[in-house]
Parts: sequence; C-alpha cells; structure tokens
Amino acid sequence: MASATAEALNTLCAGLILIAAFAMVATRQVQGVVRFFVIQSLLLSASCFLLAYSRSSVHLWALGAITIGAKVIAIPWVLRRLLPDDFYERREISQAVNIPASLLLALLLVVVAEFLTGPLVATAKDSVIRINLPLGLAGVLIAVWSLVARREALPQLIGILAMENGAFLAGIAIASELPIIAELAVAMDVVLIAVVVGLLTRSIRKELGTTVAAGLAELKEEPVSWR
Amino acid sequence: MALIFLLTVPLVAAVLCWIRPLRTAGWGISVISNWLTFALAIGVSSNVVSNGRVVGVPGWFEADGLSALVLVLVSFVLSMAAVFAGGYMRRQEHSDQHRLWWFYCNYNLLAFALLAAPSLAEPNLVWVAVELITLFSVLLVGFESTGGALEAAWKFAVLTIMGAPIALFGFLTLFWAYHSAGGGWETWEGIRSIAGSMDPNLLKLSFLLIFVGFGAKTGLAPMHTWLPDAHSQAPTPVCAVLSGVKTTVPLYVILRFLSIVLASPTARIGVWMIVLGLVSVAIGAFLLLQVRDYKRMFAYSTVEHMGIILTAAGLATQAADFGAVSQMLNHAITKSLCFYVAGVILMALSTREIASVRGLIRISPFAGSALLLSSLAIAGAPPFPIFLSEFSILSAGMHAGQYLVVALLASLIVIAFVAILLHANRMAFGTPTVSDLRVPLPASCRIAVLAAALPVVLLGVYVPAPVNSLLQLAARQLGGH
Repeated sequence: MASATAEALNTLCAGLILIAAFAMVATRQVQGVVRFFVIQSLLLSASCFLLAYSRSSVHLWALGAITIGAKVIAIPWVLRRLLPDDFYERREISQAVNIPASLLLALLLVVVAEFLTGPLVATAKDSVIRINLPLGLAGVLIAVWSLVARREALPQLIGILAMENGAFLAGIAIASELPIIAELAVAMDVVLIAVVVGLLTRSIRKELGTTVAAGLAELKEEPVSWR
Repeated sequence: MALIFLLTVPLVAAVLCWIRPLRTAGWGISVISNWLTFALAIGVSSNVVSNGRVVGVPGWFEADGLSALVLVLVSFVLSMAAVFAGGYMRRQEHSDQHRLWWFYCNYNLLAFALLAAPSLAEPNLVWVAVELITLFSVLLVGFESTGGALEAAWKFAVLTIMGAPIALFGFLTLFWAYHSAGGGWETWEGIRSIAGSMDPNLLKLSFLLIFVGFGAKTGLAPMHTWLPDAHSQAPTPVCAVLSGVKTTVPLYVILRFLSIVLASPTARIGVWMIVLGLVSVAIGAFLLLQVRDYKRMFAYSTVEHMGIILTAAGLATQAADFGAVSQMLNHAITKSLCFYVAGVILMALSTREIASVRGLIRISPFAGSALLLSSLAIAGAPPFPIFLSEFSILSAGMHAGQYLVVALLASLIVIAFVAILLHANRMAFGTPTVSDLRVPLPASCRIAVLAAALPVVLLGVYVPAPVNSLLQLAARQLGGH
C-alpha cells in the first residue's frame, strides 16, 4: 500500500469521525451515544495507524494503540462498572433544542471551523494537516454543542470525551512527534475523567435520585434586600 | 534534588492515608507531609534566589523565579489548610467519619498535582497536571455528598473539564508552532527563546485556546459561574485551597504563555488581557454588592482578584509585572485566611447567610475580630499587603500612560472594597441574633487562623529581602518591558 493510499484512507476516516460526531448529536438513546463514541474512537485510532504507516512513525503506532486501550476498552468498561443499567436505558425526549435544529447548527459549526482554520491551513505543506485540522476543530465544536444541548448526565460526559477525540484528530496531524510519555499521561487523564465524573454521577443518582443533570439548579444568586 | 523530593512527599502521603491500619491517622500524615513540602519549597526557592534557577531533571522538572513563587504559595496554603482540616472535618455533621481517610488521600493527591504543575518544564505535561488538579478538586468539592455539594461539584466538573480539550488543542498547536520553527525538546524556556521566529498566527490561536480552556479553571469571567458554587459548598479547608491557589495555578500557566506571546513581535495581546481582566474585576465587584452568603462573598472576591492580576500582566511593564506577582502572593495568603475565618463562623453558627449573622464580635470575640481583620485585608485597606500590591499596579498603570485603565480599575476596586466591608460590618456588629452561644472552637482551627494571619499582618509593614528578590525574579519571567 502506497502512502498516498494511506492518506486517502485517512481522509475517509476523518470524514467518518465527523459523521460519528453528527450521529452523537442526533441519537436519542443514551446507549447509542456511548456506542457512537466507541466507534468514533476506533476510527480515530484507525486514522492514527494509517498516518503511522505513511510517515513510518513509531510515535503514531504507539498513540493508536494507546487510543484503543484508553477510549475503546478502558472508558466503556469503567462506565459500565460505575453506572447502573438505568443510565443506559434512558431515552432523551426533551432536549434543549430539537434534533433537526441541532444538526443544522452542527453543520454551521463545521463551516465555522473550516473558516477559522483557513489561514493556518493555507501555509501548511502537509496535506494531512489540511484535512485533520479543520475536521478536528469541527469535532470539538460539535461536541461542545452536544454538551450544551443534552440534559442527561451520561451523554454530557460522553460529550466531553468526544471533544478530546476532536482535539486528537487534529493532534495526530500537527503534533505527531509528541513525547510518548505525554501521550500516555494524556490518555490516562482521559480515563480518569471518566472515573471521576462517573463516580460523581453515581453519587448524584444515589443522593438526589436523578440521572438528569439539567435538574440541578438549586444554587444561584438572588438579589439581597438592603434594609 | 529537593524539587523531586517535593513531588514525592505528597504521593507517599496519599498512599499512607490509603493503607488500612493508618486510615485513622490521615490528618496527622497530611499535616506532616504538607509542612515537609512547605519546608522543601522554601529550600527550592532560596536556591532559586541565589542561583536563578533549580533543575531537578533537565527538560522535565525545572524551577525558575515564577515557579518557585507558586510552589511556596501552594505549599504554604496547603499546610495551613491541612492544620485547619483537623478540627473542621471532625465537627462536620454531614461527612461520615469513616470516610475521612478518602478525604485526606484526595487532599494529598491534589497537593501533588498542584505542586507538579509549576515544577514541570514540558508544557504538555503541565496540561496533564492542571487536569489532575481539576479532577481531584471535583472529588473534594463533592465530598460531603449533600444536594448542594453534589450540584456544585457537577457544575464545577462540567464547566472546567470542558475547558480541558480546548486547552489541549491549544497545547498541540503550540507544539506544532514550536516544531515548525525548528525547536527541539519542548520546554517553557525553549519556547520563549525562539518565540520571535514562531508563526504569530499559530501562536495567537494556541494562546486563545489555552486562555479559554484555562481561563475557565481560573474563574475568569464569563466562565466564572462554577466558582461561587464550588467555593461555597466545598468543605472549608478545601475552599481555602481552591480559592487561594487552585485558581492561581492555571493563571500561572496563562501568564507563562502570555510572556511567550509578548516576546513575539507582531502579536498585540496585552490590550485584550487588560479588557478581559477588567471585565472579571467588574463582574466580581458588582456581584459582591449583592451576595447573601459570606462564603460566596469571598468567592466573588477571588474572581475580582484574578481579574486584577490579569490586567496587571496585560499592562506588560516591569513595574506592573512586579505588581502582578505580588498580588498573586498577597491574594493567596489573604484569601486562604478569609476562608479559615468563614469556616470558623460556619462552625460556630452553622449558617452561611450574611443576614443571620449579627454581632459576631460579641458572640465570639475571636471569630469577630478575625472576620474584621481578614475582610479589611482582602478588601485592600492599608496597611495590609493587598493595598500595597494594588497600589503598585495602579501606579505602574499611570507610568505606562494607561489612565483610562487605571481609572476603571481603581473605581472597581473601590466598589469591591465598599461591598466587602458593608457585609463584614453587618456581620461583626449589631445586636447578636443568638445571645450566649459560645461554641468551643477546636484548637487546630484557632492555630490555623492565627498562623495564617501572621504573614498577612507582617507583609503589609515589612517585606523581607529574600521574599522581595523572589518576587523580582518572578516578575522578570513575565517578560514586561
């Protein structure tokens, strides 16, 4: 396989990652959101391996393996262990914005990302950067949006993790020679995010009996009455 | 070597707190380990003062003036808060006592992360350390498992962890810019030395991303909304750490990066820092007027002070940089004192509402006078140290010819001053709501308040020569002209 083919396949992967991000916005089932996250992470590591092949970079082979270990295996396992089934079985009926509007906005965010990275990409010699940087930023922005629109706790957590995926999609193109130790530390950190937020979600369920994060609105500022 | 030791001590302490037979001794372990790290941090910084720089492992763990200052601040606040936690955590009704080891274990892990961030030289690892800080503080904020605490922890987690991937994007862009300019192993020093030849567009983009990501963790407006919730609901010793130094550490990263961007000739970023800093100060000051909860009051004052530091750094002159680092020091020591006092009041009266605390000075002369002292100090009344650093920032602004900035900053500081003192006045004086409630305050809490008040009083009238030269060294790292 020539490296040109590998890069073409990488473009395909990057496109599919973006579609997975759209799917996460469009899915009502909580279980579905988790599945699309795993698929997105798998695609991310595939993209990593393809680039590793075309640039024959040890760093990227390692990064792909780390991504599979952390995001495809560890995070879903941790969340399964921490959260009871009723988190997964829920359907979100009421989101802050309805799904078609949400998807339109996500589309707009892709355009914004393309626009923002335009001047940077123009100077880049590497064709991979031209694909991965705008799509990575689009992935981050769409994940932020899904985080805002969602009400359930688990999809919100997945939104944060999907943001990380977007940053990494850009990262494998622009910072492929990042030290292995930093990559390992970052991956460990992502798993820790899942553990900590998972633990927190579980105690919120136990104490307050809700899996809906948007219901938490007790603490706010009320004007003082000056007597 | 002291730098490596400094980082291992809290890790060892966390493991010790976790070992089953030692679980009842969590407090003792934490006090000893944190005082040990404080002593080591003093050692490191005196070394920095005499040699300019301390290298633990070249390219990995290095400390210059700015990091030494942050190390001393972090370890000082951590050691005082550990002492305070002894009496406070034992008396907390909500927290079940057999889970206390979990609290101390987390506390030491947080200490590790807080100390790691300033002593690491590799920026990507600094990102990891700052993330760890957030994660361990989320666990500590939610420790009491009440509705309010869990809600605060959730908001805190979502808002600040959301900043993480954005900042990561920024760090990756920085790496790209550094490597395109021909840099080798990435360290803060290395980046700064070739900042002039890096692509200014990339540098600006990465600064923007890191500013958004870490600004949320610092509590800069408009991403400050988690801060009053987390700082009012967390156990008080944790509040002192969060408000005193947990906000300072991400700000330290922002300032480091700001100095890099300022070294790049085409980027005009200082003006934006001034504008965003003033917005934070304004939001902090006006919300201070209308708070009803005294812990939230001190939390909003943190938003205000972070804004002041950012504004000073944005002025980018040497005098303003000196003001910024002094403000960092003075804010950390004063704000942690404020939260110890708030914890004492909460223990004595078990209410967080300003309106239900009246005549405190008669109910408990100790708590009342401590409240007055700490409020005067945090509001910036002379002769307290915050007055001095705010004054030096304002005069640096005058020298730089930024009259509008100085006028705005001064009037906002006055608004915050009036607001804090109005609230403190209503709490300290007046007819007591409860007549003869004389709660015995735990000795450890009294000691912590007195010991924390000592530097606040002293630094206002006398700055020892080593502290001054450390501040000078730190200010030089900010790269003002």
